[in-house]
Amino acid sequence: MGVRTGNPQTALEALTCRRLLASSWPWRSAGYLLTTLPVALAAFVVLAIPWLVLVARLTEGGYQAGVIVFMVLFAAALTGALGPLIAPPLARLERNRLRMVDNRPAVSIHRAPAPAGLVSWLRDRYADPATWREVGYACLLATLAPVLSIAALLAVPLVGTFLVSPLLVLAQQPGDSPVALGFGTAATVGQTPPYVIVGVLLLPLVPYLWTLLAGAHAAVARALLLGETTEQLRAELVEVSRSRARLADAFEAERRRIERDLHDGAQQRLVSLTLRLGLARLDLPPDSSAAESVTAAHEQAKQLMAELRQLIHGIQPQILTDLGLPAALDELADQSPIPVTVKAQLPARPPNQIENTAYFVAAEALTNVAKHSDATSAAVTVRQHGTMLTVEISDNGHGGADPSRGTGLTGLADRVAVTGGRMLLSSPVGGPTLLRVELPCNHNQPPFG
Amino acid sequence: MQPQPTTIRVVIAEDGVLLREGLAGLLERFGLHTVAVVGDGEALKFAVAEHSPDLVVTDIRMPPSFTDEGLRAAVELRRAHPDLAIVALSQYVQHRYAADLLDSGDGRGIGYLLKDRIVDVEDFIAALRQVAAGGTVIDPQVISQLVRRRSDPLSSLSAREREVLALIAQGHSNSAIARQLVISEPAVGKHVGNILAKLHLPQTDDTNRRVLAVLAYLRDGRLG
Repeated sequence: MGVRTGNPQTALEALTCRRLLASSWPWRSAGYLLTTLPVALAAFVVLAIPWLVLVARLTEGGYQAGVIVFMVLFAAALTGALGPLIAPPLARLERNRLRMVDNRPAVSIHRAPAPAGLVSWLRDRYADPATWREVGYACLLATLAPVLSIAALLAVPLVGTFLVSPLLVLAQQPGDSPVALGFGTAATVGQTPPYVIVGVLLLPLVPYLWTLLAGAHAAVARALLLGETTEQLRAELVEVSRSRARLADAFEAERRRIERDLHDGAQQRLVSLTLRLGLARLDLPPDSSAAESVTAAHEQAKQLMAELRQLIHGIQPQILTDLGLPAALDELADQSPIPVTVKAQLPARPPNQIENTAYFVAAEALTNVAKHSDATSAAVTVRQHGTMLTVEISDNGHGGADPSRGTGLTGLADRVAVTGGRMLLSSPVGGPTLLRVELPCNHNQPPFG
Repeated sequence: MQPQPTTIRVVIAEDGVLLREGLAGLLERFGLHTVAVVGDGEALKFAVAEHSPDLVVTDIRMPPSFTDEGLRAAVELRRAHPDLAIVALSQYVQHRYAADLLDSGDGRGIGYLLKDRIVDVEDFIAALRQVAAGGTVIDPQVISQLVRRRSDPLSSLSAREREVLALIAQGHSNSAIARQLVISEPAVGKHVGNILAKLHLPQTDDTNRRVLAVLAYLRDGRLG
């Protein structure tokens, strides 16, 4: 959206084109204006006749104020009742007709196809805001559009008359009244050159006028009849989710890099250093102060080793990278303070991001279970149905988990949403709690094509 | 640091250069003889064929796959040389690794330790010696997880009995357990008897058979 390609997509865009006169746009616009007339007539017959009758009656005079108000309300009710019935088919026709002056796709603004059954069909039709926008358009079509279209089309005979005015004057029989030319009259050929000059000047403007009016009409039609706003929103949304996915991917890659760097670099060196300290300790006399400080250093290094391992594990568990989800979940279950049953059978390894998301969902959920639920057992089930990976974490605790309290669950939902998946939580007070996460899992393609 | 009657000849397989040198230095310091140092599974198999060592100390995660290269080499080597003692070092607890190693022969001469254990140098060397002598040493963390995993019948054990069980599984004799827990040896014997009875395991004095029985029980609930 918003990116202008070389060729104009609509009549309005074509207006700024230098080669407008050589293009098909003026002719398409003229066709559009011309075909507006019969459609406008149809709208006029249905929507304007009650009002015309009303106006005709009122001009007769002699009505009480109450009666006038009643008649106005009646006409309005009639328009309101009939409008939604005739506006949608009219709008459908207008959307098709829009192609004459607008190359972009025309998507209906209606949310979904009208449901079956007369009552629900009627309810849907009268309740849908889209219908009322179509009614508004139909009103414009019945009133303003034909006037403007006729005016634009009348420019042709006007300019034509100017151009051929000398001939018209010559064709006059003596005694006839002077030829009427727009704003003035001409009785002799000598009076016609100004009209011819104006005609010549106006001639190239006529296509511009057509294109302008047809373009303006089309813009109004597009604004009222097409789901352009939703379409635009959708396009923006797609772009936003793509960029979010790119960010998440970059974040993921960065995490893996940090994990690798820490593991290959810092951790190796630290283990080697600790080993040296352990050896140095043995070479010192046991009671010396040197032995004491080396022992302390050795202990500290060991503690640091454990902390670093924990840190790396939190960034990206190595068992997940090496052996995949089932093994990593088994390890997770083993570390949980309550017994956890893991059922994870996958036909193949999911894409990195999906695998990681599934793992961190399970890890966070199990932490929550252990911290808040008072459960005595929990279960993790991972399954793949077609291109969807589901992760379910259930426990027999007291339930009442609330995503609005604490950031754990919301953070999980965000993580899941980035992959295009969704998270469902059932946690009635009194338990049990079931957290279900569905992740798109296409083995052949990265999740964001 | 007791003197060893015959020098244990070791092949080390580890892809991290620093750690490889560290390990070799450590073994040298305790009088074990490092005959070859290699960096991947294939090279390990060649080195064993060439040097026929008494003990192999191998990292499980090695190139090219960086998953269980070392483990697969170890299992293969055990099949070809059932008497070859192997200590596998793991980055993380993976029960399947321990199980694969134990199943790769009669379970004797097998060690499965977390890599971090090497910095407790004396314990680590003691474990290597034990394995080289045909013993079985499984990392305490594996045992504690297995105990937690199979919670039902083990819940009948007392806290002290659990401690003793973990030490049995690490291949300690009754006297070693007594020293470690600072209790008398007959007391240990009583605990061991209670444990084996509660788990319906056969009574035996052979430390290694006892370890294997306990491990088999913990692993899959079958008698070893």
